[in-house]
Amino acid sequence: MLQENNLENIITTKDLSVFYGSTQAISKINLNIPRNRITAIIGPSGCGKSTLIRCFNRMNDLVPSARVEGEVIYSKQNIYSPNVDPVHIRRQIGMVFQKPNPFPKSVYENIAFGAKINNYQGNMDELVEKSLRQAALWDEVKDELDKSGLALSGGQQQRLCIARALATEPDVILMDEPASALDPIATLKIEELMQDLKEQYTIIIVTHNMQQASRASDYTAFISIDRTRVDDRVGVLVEYDQTSKIFVNPSEKETEDYISGRFG
Amino acid sequence: MARELFEKKIKQIQDEILLLGSMVEQATLDSVKIFKNRDLNAAQTLVEDDQNINDKRFAIENAILILMATQQPLAHDLRLLASMLIVTNELERMGDYAKGIAHNAMRLGNSTIPVPIRNIEKMADQAVSMLHRSLSAFINEDIKIAVTLPKEDDQVDALFNDSYRSIVKTMITDPETIDESSTLLWVVHNLERFADRVVNICERTVFIKSGEMLEMDGSDDEMDDF
Repeated sequence: MLQENNLENIITTKDLSVFYGSTQAISKINLNIPRNRITAIIGPSGCGKSTLIRCFNRMNDLVPSARVEGEVIYSKQNIYSPNVDPVHIRRQIGMVFQKPNPFPKSVYENIAFGAKINNYQGNMDELVEKSLRQAALWDEVKDELDKSGLALSGGQQQRLCIARALATEPDVILMDEPASALDPIATLKIEELMQDLKEQYTIIIVTHNMQQASRASDYTAFISIDRTRVDDRVGVLVEYDQTSKIFVNPSEKETEDYISGRFG
Repeated sequence: MARELFEKKIKQIQDEILLLGSMVEQATLDSVKIFKNRDLNAAQTLVEDDQNINDKRFAIENAILILMATQQPLAHDLRLLASMLIVTNELERMGDYAKGIAHNAMRLGNSTIPVPIRNIEKMADQAVSMLHRSLSAFINEDIKIAVTLPKEDDQVDALFNDSYRSIVKTMITDPETIDESSTLLWVVHNLERFADRVVNICERTVFIKSGEMLEMDGSDDEMDDF
């Protein structure tokens, strides 16, 4: 794979497989996620994209039947080791979901809530302003911080959720279809925001929208169903490369067929 | 899943490119005939008809841009559409070479300086035949033909060098013909450049198929890899 020189990998998966009960969802995925880059995960519905991204901060722990094999290395340790606290991991590796889900509280409290729980000792007003500024929302809400987060527009709510994720000062932000419920202008705002955020953070985004992956990401991983297995649908990594390579001249025919709309 | 509408539109544009190619082939063969016979009326008509080639080029370009804007082509589709834009541009410029030859026929008028007409006819036949086959290879994405054609450019180059020497010889023996002889140089130069642009079309065929951007002159060893 073509990679820029001197890139540090922040997350590495080794033969990562996930099972829900006896059903396998993804099989032996090996990926290196570079620091301070945007990595997109694309693939047809049901191929395990969300399952994969949820492994990166142990969100799959919350599904009782889920079982993970293989390793996810972050900060030189396997985050699935028994001595790792998943709550700590989720503070380092935050997540933004498909549907904006602000707390039913004020804009201010949406940011401050998590910090209070984490016993934040610094200046709360400063943290709220800094997080909202980083999420490119400050100018729109600075005069109505007492307003309910739910009263904002969909795009603003999603940026509020990003600000909330930033308030815990994470390393990595996972985004699972962050713009699929938003209109095109709000979508572009989120994409622009991602470009600003990658200076400081690493972003991994799952998207159905190929144009979004091609516009917004530096690296793209294409996950698809393993064709050699007839009886079940198991996601495998087909191709992973720089986004410019994937969308102009992919190496695998299956990638080509998917991105040019011939299957999927 | 197929993309029937998209593929149908690509096919239509490919047909138009073949049509544009045949207009350029005809104009080139006509221009050499006109030059040989110094048929000044026909030269004038050929110069005016170049507008049809230019118009067709813009129509094709427009159709490609619309497909790019509306169908979001990626990977092979993207390389194909981008290459069709480039090849259309090459064809338009090749049409200008034919127009240039007709212009030069008018400039020479009734001049009696010696003309290497056999070489000029051979160059035109060879270059037009190369264009015809390069466009078929382009449309069919036939990489085998696309990599062998540039080697034929050497024959056109040899005819050019031969003509060049004979024209310069005329200039030396009779300096009064320098102005007219330099007009002749333009004619052989146009045909030589025409064949070079055929090589550019072959490069695009390789690019569509493989994604490789390859400089292909006939003596290039890189081409043996394909």
